[in-house]
Amino acid sequence: MDRKYDVLVIGGGNAALCAAISARRAGASVLVLEGAPKFYRGGNTRHTRNMRCAHDAATEILTGPYTEDEFWEDLSRVTGGETDEELARFMIRESKDILNWIVEQGVRWQPSLGGTLSLGRTNSFFLGGGRAMLNALYLTAEDLGVEIHYDAEVIDLDIRDGMFVSARLKRPINGPTDISAATLVAAAGGFEANIDWLKQHWGEAADNFLIRGTPYNRGSILKMLLEKGVQEVGDPTQCHAVAIDARAPKFDGGIITRLDCVVFGIVVNKGALRFYDEGEDIWPKRYAIWGRLVAGQPGQIAYIIFDSTVLTSFMPSLYPPIQAGTIKELAGKLELDPAVLEKTVAGFNAAVRPGTFDHTILDDCRTEGITPPKTHWARRIETPPYYAYPVRPGITFTYLGTRVNKEARMLMKDGAPSANMFAAGEIMAGNVLGKGYAAGIGMTIGSVFGRIAGREAAKNARN
Amino acid sequence: MHETRILDEADRLMTVCNSCRYCEGLCAVFPAMEMRRAFSDGDLNYLANLCHACGACYVDCQFSPPHEFNVNVPKTLAVARAQSYAAYAWPMALSGLFARNGLIISIIAALSMAVFILGFAAFNDRQMLLAIHTGPGAFYRLMPHNAMVVVFGFAFLYAIVALAMSVRAFWRDIGAPIGMRADGASLWQAVRDAGKLRYLDGGGVGCYNEDDRPTDRRKFFHHMTFHGFLLCFAATCVATLYHYLFGREAPYAWWDLPVLLGTVGGIGLVIGPIGLVIAKWRRDPVLLDETSYGMDVGFVAMLFLVGITGLVLLILRETVAMGPLLALHLGAVFALFITLPYGKFVHGIYRFAALVRYAQERRQAG
Repeated sequence: MDRKYDVLVIGGGNAALCAAISARRAGASVLVLEGAPKFYRGGNTRHTRNMRCAHDAATEILTGPYTEDEFWEDLSRVTGGETDEELARFMIRESKDILNWIVEQGVRWQPSLGGTLSLGRTNSFFLGGGRAMLNALYLTAEDLGVEIHYDAEVIDLDIRDGMFVSARLKRPINGPTDISAATLVAAAGGFEANIDWLKQHWGEAADNFLIRGTPYNRGSILKMLLEKGVQEVGDPTQCHAVAIDARAPKFDGGIITRLDCVVFGIVVNKGALRFYDEGEDIWPKRYAIWGRLVAGQPGQIAYIIFDSTVLTSFMPSLYPPIQAGTIKELAGKLELDPAVLEKTVAGFNAAVRPGTFDHTILDDCRTEGITPPKTHWARRIETPPYYAYPVRPGITFTYLGTRVNKEARMLMKDGAPSANMFAAGEIMAGNVLGKGYAAGIGMTIGSVFGRIAGREAAKNARN
Repeated sequence: MHETRILDEADRLMTVCNSCRYCEGLCAVFPAMEMRRAFSDGDLNYLANLCHACGACYVDCQFSPPHEFNVNVPKTLAVARAQSYAAYAWPMALSGLFARNGLIISIIAALSMAVFILGFAAFNDRQMLLAIHTGPGAFYRLMPHNAMVVVFGFAFLYAIVALAMSVRAFWRDIGAPIGMRADGASLWQAVRDAGKLRYLDGGGVGCYNEDDRPTDRRKFFHHMTFHGFLLCFAATCVATLYHYLFGREAPYAWWDLPVLLGTVGGIGLVIGPIGLVIAKWRRDPVLLDETSYGMDVGFVAMLFLVGITGLVLLILRETVAMGPLLALHLGAVFALFITLPYGKFVHGIYRFAALVRYAQERRQAG
């Protein structure tokens, strides 16, 4: 490893591999340093399942067209304008070709998964999920002659006047600890698994957060780049959080710990009191806001309470719901004050107005006279047995990143483009997705900018 | 919770998988799983037999070991599958034969071949056994045709009855409602799925063996073995028709239909099992039920033995070796027949029944 590579890719997920493959296909010698062990390679990509790409017509796996304009409207809405329109529209245009390009790299598509979300028109699903997608990219990269190392943690970057010189490894691999390369592609993700970093913004509450991805998403490369003069983008205090089962492991519980049943019941905090309108909005917003809401409650825990009438109305869960014959007994099992929980449920039940239930639209089932109200899907909780899921905030990804231009080239604090540094994936997602969430958009950012970063880095290395 | 610990584990995994569903495009197991929210013993045995052990869901799973969720569907279902064979065996008293299957099959094979050799020697004089016999009826000078029909007819009928009783128990256990019938369309769908080994392909790329690069090697060798077996069976049927309809007695010339079918089938039964054993031996043990090695290898070894003795008999049938070779071949065939209901052969029967059930469920679901 004492040779000098054309392109050094730090990271091992979708963006990193797309960059490595596209750089290699452009003729560059490429080294990939993945900080995680082989099994955990790929960061958040291992937990993904689809990608949102624009397309003008239905395909074998997509049920209808999803135009660039419609994609832009969706993105604009979920980010509330926290996006770089030019860059975002550019990405959306590029996403069209990614649908084919990614298949050429060995990834296989399938129609949207059954029994889940209505993404059949907009999102292409990976056959076998995100890890299958990653496996395909790794096989392709290996076949092309990309050199890949695992457990290859980078602890320092030598950057001089916006120019990458070398990276220092924690442990040497076949020789020296300093790796030099003509160009750098940083595709090492966000800092969602870095509890200390999260604490800077969330305080001690962050100790009660669960991290949905691997413990290796520590953001160390992002931090180094920002400290060495790269311009930052995105809100440093924010992360995307959903409510997940409180019994989930601290790290890497992935998709299966999610609970999307808030609409079917009520949510109470540790004090056995409701604290937010459970019927405010339909998916995905309702799904995306509850992590943050629970994070704001004492102890960062809440309980979704429902009854037997809706038990089979949502996806089966990893952990069974906690069951009891009475509300009082349920409170006992949840260690909540039984009298308060009984009062909360009774008060809610009394406030429910008659209506026609339909959880796919904003229906007319609502409460009257309680605060907070449940403005849709409100039905009485009165048919035992009663059930509860304890939930905590599940941190998915962070928004803070490095600013890039359309070449995926990093911009320095003074606005000047870096001489030889590129970024792709979650580490620069904040350029496009400054806030909010839309299913599969992280993968679009990763593939589009990964492909561009690799191509541009290869071109840069030759000049 | 369940009858056995492996079914408890299968239940745990199906609960994990049912809350994920990323693998639903890979094979039939996961779509069948999604039709359920809870899993009975019968459901789990159904899913276990629906699994073709391609290994793709293990390689694709973000929760496979060393992840703490420890999801290993191929291995768990392989163990559950092997145990289901014993659970549905008929008569129940013989279900223990599955436990030490490789050893038992070897003993039965050795014994039956010895009995045929000794029998030939006892019922014929030495000159007959080691003499050169040619022309129609040559085989029957060593063992009268009617004796062959009685011995093999019995062995074959026994196998059929035992298998039918076993699969009946399986069908009752996996079906709802009890007593449902298989319809023609579902049967035909299952015939096509089984014939193509549709689900032994990792969702299209091939199955996983020694590393994370899929191939279709096992599918190829399985086709060799399976179609070799069918061709040999067809050869026997044609020969039976020749004998009774046309009064033409074996042995037949090399170009005659029973010999052609038997030769091609025999070659399949030699190459296929060798390939399957090598594939098994090289396969990553994490995907396998290692406790079933004996049963798995025992069955393909029997097929190999039938194939190779048949081919050698064909080559040397006009020499003094014909007598002993015929005894070996018949011994191998006899042992194969009577062990069919108690060895790996049943995987095909149960998997076919599971495919029929799956085709029905798909049709009912629309």
